[in-house]
Amino acid sequence: MGNEFLPLLYSFHFYLFGLISVAAAIAFVTRKSPVAAAMWLVVTMFALAALYVMMDAQFIGVMQVLVYAGAIMVVFLFVVMLLNLGHPSELSDIRGKWGRIIAGFLGLALLAEIMTLTRSPMELKLIVPAIPATVNSTGGIIGGVAGPLFREYLLAFELTSILLLVAIAGAVVLGRKRSAN
Amino acid sequence: MLAEALALSGMLFVIGVIGVLTRRNAIIVFMSVELMLNAVNLSFVAFSKLYGATGQVFVIFVMTVAAAEAAVGLAIIISIFRHQETVNLKDINLLRG
Repeated sequence: MGNEFLPLLYSFHFYLFGLISVAAAIAFVTRKSPVAAAMWLVVTMFALAALYVMMDAQFIGVMQVLVYAGAIMVVFLFVVMLLNLGHPSELSDIRGKWGRIIAGFLGLALLAEIMTLTRSPMELKLIVPAIPATVNSTGGIIGGVAGPLFREYLLAFELTSILLLVAIAGAVVLGRKRSAN
Repeated sequence: MLAEALALSGMLFVIGVIGVLTRRNAIIVFMSVELMLNAVNLSFVAFSKLYGATGQVFVIFVMTVAAAEAAVGLAIIISIFRHQETVNLKDINLLRG
């Protein structure tokens, strides 16, 4: 029943979450308080997670919620708390009139450029041949991601662990209280 | 849906650029960078619907790099705050001779 409504429902929710993400991003850029800005960014990330799920990337959607909204933003909020930001004197950090005008023009130019590029016809040799996205029959949702991750990109995956180790060491060294010097 | 997703990705990226250019709070500038990374992730996922799951693998890598970047960057911000008592980029000029 109602199968003819499914594409319409899909489009409706796609546009809904897209609108939410853009509106929350604009609110994020314009909020003065760092805590409010972080909260709006979390809303953007949740809307993006919903979009990922709608585009058949359920695992990435879950990772988005867990890693971005759950871990990275909490670290940001922790730093805001540690530095005790949010005083009225700290709030007005938005640049002056000329900075805003230049940024606005730059943003509009970038957006126009992107829109023109997407509208213009692409050269034939640049178009990647469409491989039908095969739904992995054996591995399920996560298997489709884990297969390439642990086969073709195993070296990059292992290098990622070195990157994380370096980041941990760097964060500890940078965040350590200086001894008297 | 690909065109819409790419347009959305472009809009989010531009909003992130505007955030980097107009804000002076170093933490908010960092969050804008995260927003830009998210916009790129969205286009990766949109392309992965067409061209196979490799795009999602790249999203995982981007998330890892973003986490490492946030940890190191925030440690730098804390270090600077300890030194200068500010996170306003206007007042941070340690490298100005």
